[in-house]
Amino acid sequence: MSKQYLIKDGRVVDPANKINDIFDILISDGKIEKTGKNLNIKSGETIDAKGKIVAPGFIDMHVHLREPGREDEETVRTGSRAAVHGGFTSILCMPNTDPAIDNPAVVKNLKDIIAKDAVCNVFIAGAVTEGRTGKKLTDFDNLKSAGVIALSDDGSPTPDSMIDEALKRSMKAGLLLTEHCEVPRLSQGGVMNKGFISTKLGLKGISAQSEYEAVKRNIDIAEKLSARIHIAHVSCKESVEFIRQAKKKGVQVTTETAPHYFALSEECCATYDTNTKINPPLRSMADVDAIKAGLADGTIDVIATDHAPHTDSEKDVEFDYAPFGKIGLESALPVSVMELVDKKILSWDELIKKLSANPAKILGVPGGRLSKGDPADITIIDPDKEYILKKDIIESKSKNSPFIGWKVKGRISTVFVKGTIVMKDEIML
Amino acid sequence: MAEKKIVWTKKDLLGLEYLSKEEIELILYTAGSFKEVTTRQIKKVPALRGKTVVNLFYEPSTRTRTSFELAAKRLSADVVNIEIETSSVRKGETLIDTGRNIEALKIDIIVVRHNCSGAPMILARNVQARVVNAGDGWHEHPTQALLDMFTLKSKLGRIEDLKVSIIGDIAHSRVARSNIWGLTKLGAKVTVCAPKLLVPEGIEKMGVKVTTDISEALEGADAINVLRMQFERDGAMAFPSKLEYFKQYGITAERLSKCKKDIVVMHPGPINRGVEMSSEVADGKNSVILEQVTNGIAVRMAVLYLVAHTKEAA
Repeated sequence: MSKQYLIKDGRVVDPANKINDIFDILISDGKIEKTGKNLNIKSGETIDAKGKIVAPGFIDMHVHLREPGREDEETVRTGSRAAVHGGFTSILCMPNTDPAIDNPAVVKNLKDIIAKDAVCNVFIAGAVTEGRTGKKLTDFDNLKSAGVIALSDDGSPTPDSMIDEALKRSMKAGLLLTEHCEVPRLSQGGVMNKGFISTKLGLKGISAQSEYEAVKRNIDIAEKLSARIHIAHVSCKESVEFIRQAKKKGVQVTTETAPHYFALSEECCATYDTNTKINPPLRSMADVDAIKAGLADGTIDVIATDHAPHTDSEKDVEFDYAPFGKIGLESALPVSVMELVDKKILSWDELIKKLSANPAKILGVPGGRLSKGDPADITIIDPDKEYILKKDIIESKSKNSPFIGWKVKGRISTVFVKGTIVMKDEIML
Repeated sequence: MAEKKIVWTKKDLLGLEYLSKEEIELILYTAGSFKEVTTRQIKKVPALRGKTVVNLFYEPSTRTRTSFELAAKRLSADVVNIEIETSSVRKGETLIDTGRNIEALKIDIIVVRHNCSGAPMILARNVQARVVNAGDGWHEHPTQALLDMFTLKSKLGRIEDLKVSIIGDIAHSRVARSNIWGLTKLGAKVTVCAPKLLVPEGIEKMGVKVTTDISEALEGADAINVLRMQFERDGAMAFPSKLEYFKQYGITAERLSKCKKDIVVMHPGPINRGVEMSSEVADGKNSVILEQVTNGIAVRMAVLYLVAHTKEAA
């Protein structure tokens, strides 16, 4: 039997249960036993949460853990530590590993690594096509039996010729299909958003059209098949509008964006900093505003990080040669606080909902709320703490982030995963 | 340079976007004094004696490299040329490692030509040595634009209020971008003219007029800068044939006869005769193409001199 904990005097923000009040939370046997005023325990440990926000553990439905195959960039251990350090108690890892997560043996191997090394809940997305090559569908039922909870060829879209069949089969298997939206024919060779800035910098552009045409394709197919689909990392205004209209029509579409799409724009590429080379690319200010509007009106359900670790040696090259992607787990909360809460785009309740309750519901995983009997996945936030996001506090094995060096606000203080403290008073245990 | 109040404070020359009007004028003014040196019997001054310049070229270029080499030699610098084949570099040493290794040889200035936009800026951030951009991708070719402006100024006496048209593959041209920054900062009125597919998105935000009609670009122009059409790359897809391009955009004596009588015709070289201009125009009285080449040395001497003698900002 594990230890009892009492989280005292914190502001409990639990949007799924419509709670935003000063409460104590009692944890025993790894579960939430009680939420109420003036609770006490005889033995165990009391965590003083006065002045802090007590939230359901965050859930990141878009993470690249790189294991197996690129353990120089990230591992299950370092990636899950980065997750907890950023307040995430559950993550969904993408299948673009080497080998790709495309058959039960690879899933089993990864599950063994997770059981041994992970410090938070790690869920697995399986590949839509074998080797993610877009040539042959994987066996969704087998993948499901092996333990994957979603499907994606993330990094690449499911080809036009296969999306119908893939969506039908994913629906039948009861697995969420999360689509990377890109029309390769339109984005080919591009390295940043297409527009005045790419013209000025002499870099090949990736048009917004290359994203929103794929978004539209996926919405149309979901509508036609009455299936549900999840749109990964939206970045441009047209995508937001297509999804907004689809939701109004009742299409079962959900979507996520990442903090860099509401905190950074294409102008950040002006110094050829390869940490700003991301796919989809950082867009225009008009797109940034549209992403914020989409978050505010509920069109965008989830904030996910698209945590994409790359080593310094991969990124310290010419902009054209650098791989796409940035890490995001450990900057998501402070960047969201500064860009969304402080700028009155979202309330704390809404922000926490997009980081916990909404992804839990979309993925169908436990957590995302603080109900009695739930596993005690809890994140305690110091909302006003200001600090510099320095390289040496990053737990991720890779440090590729344009947010490094930023003065930020909002820090994760203490994190429980299934009733065990993994991070306490800003220190990883 | 006591006559000019402005002093050079930049470590590197990466592009004209990053320079003020006054800094561009300082380079042109300094080039004026070095121009005189290039006409002497003994074409050499000791301004960079004991300094070493490395020409680091990731793209083949005989003319720009030779021009930089002569400029450095006429300033009495030692010069080393390193040519790197891009394909082998990607497998081997990185740009930053190469830069640091060259720097460990105790050199002073790296002149870099690279097929990737932004490579000189990345290099400059990682070495103490001065970095001069000799052309990066589609981004900038600042010394080419400076020598174009120097030539224009010596022909017409000023840059301000001149009508200058840049004609050709704007989308893939670093010469166009550097000229646009430089000319607009010095108050010229710039028009770019290209087939629609070769006009890059948002170029008008750089302060230029855009047209696809060659007669509009030529009408009333004080000078034209005609770019090399590179059919061997993306340009080929954008235009059906060389002859078709020549018909629609080629600068011919006939087209020139309708222009201002003293219109200055520039070309950064190498010329595709019969594609972007006729031989008659290239060799004609309005052409300053060879003067550009000559002026290139003086301008590059000025640039090397200034970056080697960076002053602390007052």
